[in-house]
Amino acid sequence: MSSLTRRSALLLGAGMTLTLVAVDNSMATPAEADAEIAKFTGGKAAESGKIAIDLPEIAENGNTVPLAIKVDSPMTTDDYVSEIRVIGDANPNPGIVRFHLTPMSGRAEAATRIRLGGTGTVTVLAKTSTGKLYAERKVVKVTVGGCGG
Amino acid sequence: MAEKPRLRVPSEAKKGDIIQIKTLMSHVMETGFRKDEAGKPIPREIINSFVCTFNGHEVFRADLEPAISANPYFEFTVKVEDSGTFAFAWVDDNGTVTTAEQGITVS
Repeated sequence: MSSLTRRSALLLGAGMTLTLVAVDNSMATPAEADAEIAKFTGGKAAESGKIAIDLPEIAENGNTVPLAIKVDSPMTTDDYVSEIRVIGDANPNPGIVRFHLTPMSGRAEAATRIRLGGTGTVTVLAKTSTGKLYAERKVVKVTVGGCGG
Repeated sequence: MAEKPRLRVPSEAKKGDIIQIKTLMSHVMETGFRKDEAGKPIPREIINSFVCTFNGHEVFRADLEPAISANPYFEFTVKVEDSGTFAFAWVDDNGTVTTAEQGITVS
């Protein structure tokens, strides 16, 4: 699915270094994002491999970046994804959005459009009614940030 | 916000179908981080909550933060067992509530 060539991986790495230098104090730090993640997980470990995040690898305009999330879940009354939390480390606030689902959702899916202030990592967390935690992350390179100035 | 929210809900479905709903609401989603020309901060004004109910039962809810793009768009699914009405509500920081409704016939 992710087909990073050696060259684009190098370019991505170079871009990230540049952005880190340029980031000003108003951006949330990875530590703040981690604190927001911990608030959701309660410090418990989250399983990976259950969430599919659809986000562009390179977003030209950080003002509106399409985000689609799918979580692998039976979505029955006994076992369903009740909450999905999206957190980013390149915005002034780490929180992006929180979705509340029900067994009536049928599938654990949601999509929206988000703002990203710069290149960074988007973390998607999910909680099931049985108390399981899932997590997945994706790095997005942003050419023009979406937070105004 | 005089403009009506845009909804895409199928008008018919079979019992047990999982249908997809798309909504688009006009709103500036002012983050509170921007400054005007005089350098004064522009106060935050966003839609902070979106709820969809079906026949009175909540099926989908989103808590929005300033990182949601202007004109908030949502896509989600609902499993329908009966005919009924979807009700949608968007609440902004000023307490303004915008609502919309759409029915579905389930056979």
